[in-house]
Amino acid sequence: MNRLQLKDLYSGFRDPDTIKALAWAINDETKKLKEPLKIMEVCGGHTHTIMKYGLKQLLPSNIDFIHGPGCPVCIMPKERIDHAIALAQIPDSILLTLGDMIRVPGSKSSLALERAKGYDIRALYSPLDALKIAEENPDKKVIFFAIGFETTTPMTAAVLEQMVKRGITNLYFHINHVLVPPAVDAIMADGQAKINAFIGPAHVSVITGAKIYKSLPEKYATPVVVSGFEPVDVMQSILMIVKQKNEHRADMEIQYSRSVTLDGNTKAQKMIEKFMKPREHFRWRGIGDIPLSALELREEYAAYDAEKIFADILPTEPIDDHKLCICGTILKGLAKPNDCKVFGTACTPNTPMGSCMVSSEGACNAYYRYGEI
Amino acid sequence: MKQIQLSHGGGGEETNSLIHDLFYRYFGNDILIAAEDAAVLEVKNKIAFTTDSFTVSPIFFNGGNIGKLAISGTVNDLAMMGAKPLYLSSAFMIEEGFSFDELETIVKTMAEELKHSGAKIVCGDTKVVPKGAVDQIFINTSGIGEIEKEGISANNLHEGDVIIVSGDVGRHGAAILMEREGLGITGDIQSDCATLWPAVQALIDSNITISALRDATRGGLSAVLNEWAGQSKVCLEIEEASVPVDEAVQGICELFGFEAFDFANEGTFIIAVPQHHAMLAIQALQDIDVTSNATIIGRVTMKKEGKVILHSLYGSSRYLDLPKGELLPRIC
Amino acid sequence: MCLSIPSKIVEIDEDNMATVDTMGIKRMVSLDLMPDVVDIGDYILIHVGFAMSKIDEAEALQSLEVYQEMLEAMEEEERRQVIETDDNCDSRGKV
Repeated sequence: MNRLQLKDLYSGFRDPDTIKALAWAINDETKKLKEPLKIMEVCGGHTHTIMKYGLKQLLPSNIDFIHGPGCPVCIMPKERIDHAIALAQIPDSILLTLGDMIRVPGSKSSLALERAKGYDIRALYSPLDALKIAEENPDKKVIFFAIGFETTTPMTAAVLEQMVKRGITNLYFHINHVLVPPAVDAIMADGQAKINAFIGPAHVSVITGAKIYKSLPEKYATPVVVSGFEPVDVMQSILMIVKQKNEHRADMEIQYSRSVTLDGNTKAQKMIEKFMKPREHFRWRGIGDIPLSALELREEYAAYDAEKIFADILPTEPIDDHKLCICGTILKGLAKPNDCKVFGTACTPNTPMGSCMVSSEGACNAYYRYGEI
Repeated sequence: MKQIQLSHGGGGEETNSLIHDLFYRYFGNDILIAAEDAAVLEVKNKIAFTTDSFTVSPIFFNGGNIGKLAISGTVNDLAMMGAKPLYLSSAFMIEEGFSFDELETIVKTMAEELKHSGAKIVCGDTKVVPKGAVDQIFINTSGIGEIEKEGISANNLHEGDVIIVSGDVGRHGAAILMEREGLGITGDIQSDCATLWPAVQALIDSNITISALRDATRGGLSAVLNEWAGQSKVCLEIEEASVPVDEAVQGICELFGFEAFDFANEGTFIIAVPQHHAMLAIQALQDIDVTSNATIIGRVTMKKEGKVILHSLYGSSRYLDLPKGELLPRIC
Repeated sequence: MCLSIPSKIVEIDEDNMATVDTMGIKRMVSLDLMPDVVDIGDYILIHVGFAMSKIDEAEALQSLEVYQEMLEAMEEEERRQVIETDDNCDSRGKV
């Protein structure tokens, strides 16, 4: 019995010869395409893969990528980043968040700059660390600024579960978890981006199941292929999309079959539902308000809800981006990073004007790091 | 447990015993124990002179300690100029309460490391500061080397030169990262911390032309390649698959979204030689233990001045830029 | 989106944690989100300190087999094209 090695799960899906073979098959199949393909890869991680492995260089010119809003740090409007800063400035507090949030610019400052001033702000590698920090600092208000799409939301829920179990009372949550399908619907409703196919997120789908995309082909007559993150996965997904187009189909297909099922991780889904519910309104950078596109803590957990407990210090006014920053337009799929006047000049990962440049899932960051040759 | 006290840095009896019992004992040579105000030295040719301060945390890590770094770091800087390392100074700034045993281990390691190049510590200084004034121990070493091969320079790369890396990349940075609090990972990554003079000597002895040498310290391979491309105004085209990376280093990169090319090295260097000397260079390097895995990774062209291009095995290319900012793990 | 990588379970620990290995680097992850029981030797996806799902080895192997077939098909087609080009070469047979 040919047993799989762990390294096969990496090298097998990055194999150069396989990438070449898929490129060859795509180029062959694309000859029959009637119209140019504009594929939106929803997820920032897929943008990253496409840029890092230079996949566009292997594809014919009638396949173009439209970068989607799948970067949970990028889509947060400045006022919510200011929330994080305001929470960090509460006396006797410890502000915790996941890595990328630290350097994102708010309206006047960033968590990194505030940390340099002496506020206790820590980047966690796992939300689980919040429990330990809360227990070790019983006299502090420990606030976890939770970000992420559906992949990361269950982890926050698991921490909430542990918190209740362990009777921790000094841990608060500021929930900024967002959902993929409403964002995709909002971009399609906008209508400008002219998308005619989707590469669906990999790990969001592991949690939610591919079932959440079933309505997309019906609504928009577009193929949706749920793809893994490795270059072979993305290339195979593109091949599957081209084939669908040539066969005049618009179906939801799973390329990432080794990890994605139709139903997903129901235990994780139930844990999310236990603690969180969709919130009526949430402003997305560039896109504006999308109803029911984000989550908040349920009423029975109001005692841990930082947005309620610390409401009096949280800013409420929406704040727009810098005039020259076109993050919002890029997130809607209407521009590419190199269309931006300040890309690479005033705006760089060290001096970011918008979060798309500083977040490692951001399109601008991917373009800057891997450069267009 | 015997500890270093403020009095050990006071200049009196305790300082004298520390110097004799520890530093002279392990570093002992005629110039040092002459105990003059300054070391009197003689050299025949041009010299190279360098200095470096070492503040690594943790001071003991998998594959070495701050002492080993303090010697190999300065010795390597000299070697990269084609200079035979001869004389080093070493200055210690020690926090009061520091363990004597740990200091002895560090000094012993330094003495061991010196043997790889034959360099001698000919002068030094010891200060002991109150608690909190330094983080345990800082060491500065300065070094003088005698130039044996001139003309090695970052401004000296020419179209057609071949780029060679002396071993797998990223191990020192990855080893230090492993020890960092809060990552919660364990694994066996050893720093590549090592003296490179014997490898450079082998290159010099082989009588080949050497355009440039540089050890890939902070900023890793990416930094060196970009510096060379910028200073020599050339393009460096690298075959991505040919750059050796240890599997566990790759593991850390996968886990946290880092690039091995950005991690620091302390015993790995990059060599640029004209095409017709490439094989001789490889043979010379592979004969030396610390560079036995030397391999060609690319060449110098004029494709895009000042840039480094990475080529994949399947026909795509991208730029390799200077690493930026803090090392933060990618999440979502 | 969401960096999540394959790792192998090498130990089951207490408090519903497991030790996983990624190419020689070991770390502990929580099993709180795993719907099914896992065993030593299983391959799982991990994300920010949690195990997220078990990788379906049969599906993975099947995918790799499909790629192998594609590779062979491409090589066969390339060989065929080379032969065809050679057969149709105008200067064939000429001295």
